[in-house]
Amino acid sequence: MANAHVQPAETFSPIFGRLTLDWIPYHEPILVATFAGVALGGLAVLILMTYFKLWGPLWRDWVVSVDHKKIGIMYMVLGFVMLVRGFADALMMRAQQAMAAGGSEGWLPPHHYDQVFTAHGVIMIFFVAMPFVTGVMNYVMPMQIGARDVAFPFLNNFSFWMTVSGALLVNISLFVGEFARVGWLAFPPLSGSSYSTGPGMDYYLWALQIAGIGTTLSGINLIATVLKMRAPGMKLMEMPIFTWTALITNVLIVVAFPVLTATLALLTLDRYADFHFFTNDFGGNAMMYINLIWIWGHPEVYILIIPCFGIFSEIVSTFSGKPIFGYKTMVWATACIMVLSFVVWLHHFFTMGSGASVNTFFGITTMIISIPTGVKIFNWLFTMYKGRVRLEVPMLWTIGFLVTFTIGGMTGVLLAVPPVDFQLHNTLFLIAHFHNVIIGGVVFAVYAAVSYWWPKAFGFKMSDKWGKRSFWFWLTGFYFAFMPLYALGLMGVTRRMNSYPDAGWQPYFIVAGFGALLILMGILCTFMNFYVSIRDRNENRVGNDPWDARTLEWATQSPPAPYNFPFDLQVSGREAFWTMKQQGFTWPKDNFKPIHMPKGTATGVLISALSLAFGFAMVWYIWWLAIITFVGMIGLGIAHTFNYKRDYYIPVDEVAATEAKGAAV
Amino acid sequence: MLRLRTLLLALASAFALSGCQYHVLSPQGWVGDQQRNLLIISTLLMLIVIIPVLIMAVYFPLKYRADRDDTSDYDPTFEHSNKIEVVIWGVPILIIIALGYFTYVYTHRLDPYAPLDHLEAGAPVEVQAVSLDWKWLFIYPEFGVASVNELAIPEGRPVNFSLTSSTVMNTLSIPALGGMVYSMAGMETKLHLIADETGTFPGRSAHYSGPGFSHMTFDTLSMSDEDFNAWITDVKAKGATLDRTSYLELEKPTIDEPVRYYGSVEDALFRRIVELCVEDGKVCMGHMMMQDELGGGGIEGIPNASAYSYDRARTIDGFGNLIELPDVEVKAFHEAFWNDPDAICSPDFVFAEKKNNG
Repeated sequence: MANAHVQPAETFSPIFGRLTLDWIPYHEPILVATFAGVALGGLAVLILMTYFKLWGPLWRDWVVSVDHKKIGIMYMVLGFVMLVRGFADALMMRAQQAMAAGGSEGWLPPHHYDQVFTAHGVIMIFFVAMPFVTGVMNYVMPMQIGARDVAFPFLNNFSFWMTVSGALLVNISLFVGEFARVGWLAFPPLSGSSYSTGPGMDYYLWALQIAGIGTTLSGINLIATVLKMRAPGMKLMEMPIFTWTALITNVLIVVAFPVLTATLALLTLDRYADFHFFTNDFGGNAMMYINLIWIWGHPEVYILIIPCFGIFSEIVSTFSGKPIFGYKTMVWATACIMVLSFVVWLHHFFTMGSGASVNTFFGITTMIISIPTGVKIFNWLFTMYKGRVRLEVPMLWTIGFLVTFTIGGMTGVLLAVPPVDFQLHNTLFLIAHFHNVIIGGVVFAVYAAVSYWWPKAFGFKMSDKWGKRSFWFWLTGFYFAFMPLYALGLMGVTRRMNSYPDAGWQPYFIVAGFGALLILMGILCTFMNFYVSIRDRNENRVGNDPWDARTLEWATQSPPAPYNFPFDLQVSGREAFWTMKQQGFTWPKDNFKPIHMPKGTATGVLISALSLAFGFAMVWYIWWLAIITFVGMIGLGIAHTFNYKRDYYIPVDEVAATEAKGAAV
Repeated sequence: MLRLRTLLLALASAFALSGCQYHVLSPQGWVGDQQRNLLIISTLLMLIVIIPVLIMAVYFPLKYRADRDDTSDYDPTFEHSNKIEVVIWGVPILIIIALGYFTYVYTHRLDPYAPLDHLEAGAPVEVQAVSLDWKWLFIYPEFGVASVNELAIPEGRPVNFSLTSSTVMNTLSIPALGGMVYSMAGMETKLHLIADETGTFPGRSAHYSGPGFSHMTFDTLSMSDEDFNAWITDVKAKGATLDRTSYLELEKPTIDEPVRYYGSVEDALFRRIVELCVEDGKVCMGHMMMQDELGGGGIEGIPNASAYSYDRARTIDGFGNLIELPDVEVKAFHEAFWNDPDAICSPDFVFAEKKNNG
């Protein structure tokens, strides 16, 4: 074999399981440098936190908080931190492919490169996009329905910390052991015990299982919130569009994620206990896994994009000064997408050899989804029609989305035509397509949402200048990075290649790499934006309703009081806040009542910490630790049921004082 | 400025030089042609709605800017119009009906499993393609020859591929000729392609399959009938023998394998590869299914497990090196289980030696 490297021998000790010093990648300069950077940065944070005595406030006000607004913000922070990690992977891949042409092997050997592209996909979907959309839903939706918190506040805190545990487990794999080298969906037999030896695949499985528990519970929680916590008088067909999309997304989560959990559990049994669900021998069949994972996987992409449709609906309507065009159509179109997303999964593997009739069926169901999606785009366009469109930063992202997502939708329908897919399957055309809809859809939506709801969350606007810079870098960067990939796809260039023989492709990869650098500038501008906005916060203070918006979250203070609304609201009709403004509504200045609120608890973060240790123990076969942490998790969960001090009342004086500071409306 | 222009010129010329590589758009065979046509039809159909949307997405926000001079057309109550609703549902539905029609027709016409007899293009050539770690083996059963990482086909005659894999999934992809189909271990899939021109077309695996994946490339040599026959004769003359022993040697994981030829191929080798029983002492899958149908081996059958085991002997590490694992001693475990269950729980009992690849 040309490659003389071997991975460390698989040993077992009762104390450390399979973990040995050989698994610490100190011979990999890239990883050592990364570790040094992370360690120094972490140390700096630790010192600063201690110096400014922030540990207590961090623990009391954030970690144990069950306030949906704080949890929402923490989800967003997690998303941005992991975006940096996932994007670093993207830059490494772009650099590798820009170099490794015509016999050159580039700078990343396959063993490393294959981990990088797997980690990039896993991180961007599970630990960037999911926290982002969950965070926005968590922050905005309860206020939009006039609620004080979600239905199960403790569960919300627990869900968040489970997601963090999963993310941490993926990051630990960077410095202890390795990550999977299988592609983001880990198709067997490649991901089975024979063809993926080492701990990488096990990190994948446990990280996704732990985070998946968080996602499923959060889905249940938010469904219950929409159905049971709406302000009196708010009928289903009078909910804001974003709340509708949140409801539909969470239904998708609750239906689809158990499939992922079960599928990964079967693969785990294959790897740990020599079951043969997906192996080549003993009657196993990998095709079963591929079907199952895409039965989760296709709804998953709608789980990501549907809340983003809701975000854009709110923004278009607010900044056009008009109600959303075709509200009912919008709701029904989203509901259609929800149902249809479960009958299209096979389009991810037309090339597996299904018959022409099966392929035709799944091709046409996929195209049918484009009808309600297209209708939504028209609805946004006609919301702007005869409006007064203010081209603020959130609106720029929206226009960028409309153009980019439409192109991505078109290439998506092309891939839904089976014979066209036979040619373009697994090519860079596919990569360009799904980045086209995920960046153009989800990322743009999240950026729009951050700039739109930031004043609500913190009481001051973000910097306009840095917001625009960020937008233009992202937009141009996206086109530079992915249009060459469409071209390469039409040449038949395959994804996930570590090197390629044809030097003629190299210019395209170089342009794509340049695009990635532009996106890097966009991300740097974002962080600059956070910094500048916070630095200049006193110059940019705004009232409770800076955008002249239409939904109830803007009836609260900016930032909202812990209880959101000082009184119970009585709502009638759509666009409740708009109606209230028309009628000259103001909050009463007295006669406050004590407000009943849920109490923070450390149980969520403690169970999640144990789950992280459990995941680590399972990855390395450290059985004693796995048993202890598992029993600990169950024990803590049971102990928590005996905690009866879960609520408290905010006294009238405090409410009155808070309201006097900055009464809403 | 000048440097920028030089750079742009250099880029432009590089694009021009690579202009002939758009295999999907300028294919060299009937299947690829049809797929390209469908790609273009679908794109044009969608542009009917995409272009107006793109124009409106830029035009509306500019035309209805809040700071425009004349805002008399501002209509804050305009939120519904049956006419518009009919158009925005109707037009996409009509387009999807048309696209659905083309999809139905073309998907049946271009079913990769359907032979290309209707082209009346001459006698088809059978090729059995096996994706190995990490190279392609092409067996020509009619001629009794085989090649590694080189595929020769006669121009103008259909090629009937039978695909399988030795370990993990791959796809056989020759973009200049048409679409791809997965190759999977323990299964046989089909693909039918044809080349209408002579030439050398790149082929590869288009499904990530491990450390050596990027080097799973091969040249597809499309040649005239005479040249093809000469190629066969040549391979027959100079190639070694591909029997079950040499196949098992070839099958071991290698990266960037050079082209190789086999002048003779053992009968029914491909069938054994598909059924995972090239190795002596392994039960073929067809046989195993029959046993299962008859009720299976039961608990008494456990000691025979190694005759059914396939993946374990092919275990690799993360760099693509084969890991030698001892056979699982199922028999000893089984006997101990029945005769002396307590012994299994004692720390001294070894039923499978620890994996060791150091």
